[in-house]
Amino acid sequence: MKYYDKLIFELSRPGRKGYELPKNEYGINECSIPAELRREASLDLPEVSELDVVRHYTNLSTKNFGVDTGFYPLGSCTMKYNPKINEEVSAMPQFNNIHPLQSEDSIQGALELYYNLQVALSNIAGFAEFTLNPYAGAHGELTGLMVMRQYHESRGDFKRTKVIIPNSAHGTNPASAMVAGLQVVEVKSKPNGSVDVEDLKPLLDDTIAGIMMTNPNTLGMFEVEIMEIAKLVHEAGGLLYYDGANLNPLLGKVRPGDMGFDIMHINIHKTFSTPHGGGGPGSGPVGVAEKLVDFLPNPRVKKNDEGRFYIDCGKDSLGSVSTFFGNFGVMLRAYAYILTLGKENLKNVGPMATLNANYIKECLKDDYLLPIDGVCKHEMVFDGLKDKSTGVTTLNIAKRLLDYGFHAPTIYFPLLFHESMMIEPTETESLETLDEFIEVMHKVAKEARETPDDVKNAPLTTLVRKLDETGAAKNPILNYKTLKANAQ
Amino acid sequence: MSKVLNDVRYAESHEWVRIEGEFAYVGISDYAQHALGNIVYVDMPEVGDEVEQGEEFGAVESVKAASDLFSPISGEVVEINEALEDAPELVNEDAYENWIMKVKFNDAAELDNLLDAEAYAKICEH
Amino acid sequence: MSNKFIPHTEEDIRFMLDRIGVKSIDDLYAEVPEEVKLKGDYNIPSAMSEIEIRKYFNELGSKNRQLTIFAGGGVYDHYSPSVIAHLLSRSEFYTAYTPYQPEISQGTLQYIFEYQSMISELNGMECTNASMYDGATATAEAMFMMVASAKKKNRVVISATVADRVINVVKTYAKFRGIDLTVAPEKDGITDFDAIKAELEAGDVAGVIVATPNKYGIVEDYTGYADTIHAAKGMLAINADPSALAVLRTPKEWGADIACGDGQSLGMPLCFGGPYLGYMSCSSATLRKMPGRVVGATKDADGKRAFVLTLQAREQHIRREKATSNICSNQSLMALYATIYMALMGKEGMKEVNRLSADGAHYLYNALLATGKFEPAFPGKPFLKEFVVKTSLDIKAVNKKLEENGIMGGLDLGNGMVAFAVTEKRTKAEIDRLITLMTEE
Repeated sequence: MKYYDKLIFELSRPGRKGYELPKNEYGINECSIPAELRREASLDLPEVSELDVVRHYTNLSTKNFGVDTGFYPLGSCTMKYNPKINEEVSAMPQFNNIHPLQSEDSIQGALELYYNLQVALSNIAGFAEFTLNPYAGAHGELTGLMVMRQYHESRGDFKRTKVIIPNSAHGTNPASAMVAGLQVVEVKSKPNGSVDVEDLKPLLDDTIAGIMMTNPNTLGMFEVEIMEIAKLVHEAGGLLYYDGANLNPLLGKVRPGDMGFDIMHINIHKTFSTPHGGGGPGSGPVGVAEKLVDFLPNPRVKKNDEGRFYIDCGKDSLGSVSTFFGNFGVMLRAYAYILTLGKENLKNVGPMATLNANYIKECLKDDYLLPIDGVCKHEMVFDGLKDKSTGVTTLNIAKRLLDYGFHAPTIYFPLLFHESMMIEPTETESLETLDEFIEVMHKVAKEARETPDDVKNAPLTTLVRKLDETGAAKNPILNYKTLKANAQ
Repeated sequence: MSKVLNDVRYAESHEWVRIEGEFAYVGISDYAQHALGNIVYVDMPEVGDEVEQGEEFGAVESVKAASDLFSPISGEVVEINEALEDAPELVNEDAYENWIMKVKFNDAAELDNLLDAEAYAKICEH
Repeated sequence: MSNKFIPHTEEDIRFMLDRIGVKSIDDLYAEVPEEVKLKGDYNIPSAMSEIEIRKYFNELGSKNRQLTIFAGGGVYDHYSPSVIAHLLSRSEFYTAYTPYQPEISQGTLQYIFEYQSMISELNGMECTNASMYDGATATAEAMFMMVASAKKKNRVVISATVADRVINVVKTYAKFRGIDLTVAPEKDGITDFDAIKAELEAGDVAGVIVATPNKYGIVEDYTGYADTIHAAKGMLAINADPSALAVLRTPKEWGADIACGDGQSLGMPLCFGGPYLGYMSCSSATLRKMPGRVVGATKDADGKRAFVLTLQAREQHIRREKATSNICSNQSLMALYATIYMALMGKEGMKEVNRLSADGAHYLYNALLATGKFEPAFPGKPFLKEFVVKTSLDIKAVNKKLEENGIMGGLDLGNGMVAFAVTEKRTKAEIDRLITLMTEE
């Protein structure tokens, strides 16, 4: 197939159009907007036909790799299959044509969906109530940390301005803390990535609002001392925040609320199968323990004794974090997923994700350096190749995998190792797919030993090859006008 | 092995300062530029800004890293190296030649809080 | 264990456990303390087949009422061309992750580049990011940018004519981040410029946020704002309806440093409030303080034109607590939605949508006044597709009656004020029927 790299602007021809609108029958001649309030600049949007648009974006789509294209072992991202029935449900007109400001009587179906998903998530995660308003994982983190602060301040405790975050945590955790107005205190990790309880103890004073953790941790290992940590933090008057990024392996086995956590967010687009969309829309519901429900953001959806659903804005709430009710379309998908698996199958998600991860780990540890041995959960981290003598790096391996039709793992995270390579297969992949991946990983390791330049120069077969990222950052070209001006 | 000059003094955060008369030139060390990789942007202060020893005055960005700059000396910024606006890569080419800001400093005694070449070289070894 | 989303046969499981060297699935959780293990089942419904799922959601959906909409409030019932849903259902787009591996993500990267280009074209600003969550959070992030750019100033002024729902979110973000937010009063439905000037005199204002059109649908005149604010070493951010910018004076033309807002008006389905997208644009001078992902053009090793995420060093995954924002993913697929919408409507369609909507709104406005039961809330103030009138009618009763007749009436703003919005989807006949239903005895 011919390589396609046109921009939609380059297809534009004056006078062409891709729309039809009804005839204007209002007979209004004057415009109430005076000239000085009207746009002066020309509007250089494309002028293209409908077929131009369809072909252009269809061609663009073929330049993408998605879960539907092939195995996507991106660690910490839970790239599981995105069921098609979810998409069908989210496209139903009964939900798409509803204005968020309609009367409660006319949106009972939408409110019921919000409520039912909220209740299901509360049960699955072991919390009293969830808000579904946050739009993404990071937004959930921010909202959850706001709940944490609101709780302390509601008790008149204004000293608690710090949050403890493991030094192995993802960068988003400290960034969220900063936006929520909390100072970050780092707690050290032990070599296996788990929180160093001895390092934690002296940090726990009356300035600590709480601790933010994942479990399993960043290395895919379960924090076995979690109950001890919970006890210590609670005794010090702090709260425990659970970052739901790694929730998938716990489905059917452990509920975060039962591990002593007070607040959590769920990445719906990870654990509950909704698509990542090339970077959103996601959804980051926040669940809290009973004593924190009044602090949840407004609006909330509640059910009265007659079974009618209504919108409630509480006075103790931390405020609003979204214009309306969050990414409702994503919630429809998530609930379709939960109902499809049901109580009979949802509990198998965690175990099968964990089985897949451990299988890959066992099969690859001959060629790849496994810094932490033992049973992992949904993902594992290798520290590059065992044999690094030819200078092949994790980046090289990641790029070589693209040549073989696989997405790369997450690389150079966590920061605990120099050559981190984080692999998460998810439960939706079959043994055959895992075996193909393992075979290719072994092949790349062999190439690294025997023909290292093939690996170092990868990718060789992709539509485009290694990009000049330095040039892009030094001289940012962020729109078509600049691109065109630079070309001349 | 990174270059460490003898005629400048260093902060532990990898900035250097060179005194010339009543002015001090400030930049980042060769070790720092090497650690950052290809520098794509230098966020410089404005002329007239007051900087303080140990306080942030700007940042250096490479493609995949960013590092805040901490002033090794207190005073008023009298000049910035405008060449870096268009060619930040000059810092990679010669980190000591391509200073970032020129400061009319307040107190030469502050230099005693900084490291000499020998002490700084030790930091870079670790 | 096997299920349509979980492919493991008993034999697979046995084989894999053997390879791992454990006896059972439970052994994979051996290190988990007994006391935290889940005992029993989740209390959720039983598994449903696809037939049952369809039935369930159809029944649930039937509890919603699809109405003919005459309300706005930041969400407009614009037309969504059929093409968009078809193209968005290409799973190469929606099943992809954030484009961290550019060699196999050129589809996503290129549409984001086109999106950035089109949004920049609409608002005139040089730099646009790959999207934010919604218009309200984008406005809160604009506040962060202004404070970050000002270095030592920590106060932001927002006009009371910015939508209440936006101000609420900005307030929440300000409260927690420790930013001093002042709401400047309105006067006759528009921003009180004198009040803004008075705030600026204190010298501690990092920036000012206003809206176009404002929360009443009024197109305000911001002549003099940018100069006054810049003279006070502050920045101007304008929250603008992107669709309306096809015909209205742009943030760039007003001299703004930042433009932000909600992209819903670019043909996105109402969908009970989301997903939409927030957009964020700024001048080149402010680029490095802009949050979120940005795509830039570059070349590959063979010299081919290609696109890549750039300026990543600003972002949270590298800067951690030093980043301007914590945003990671945004609303990428909705950015594709907006891009295809703008490509289809193009240069002329975007203007025609505004003309049709504005003419319909003015037709309704004139007709309401002609009934004698409505009067202008803000006489003489220019508007586009949304406006406010005053009435002595019982608005709640009127809206209830309208709903019984399949219509969502104007938004009740209290004190006898009602806000109506008209888009190109409404017809003259629908408007005539609305008026009859509202005013008949």
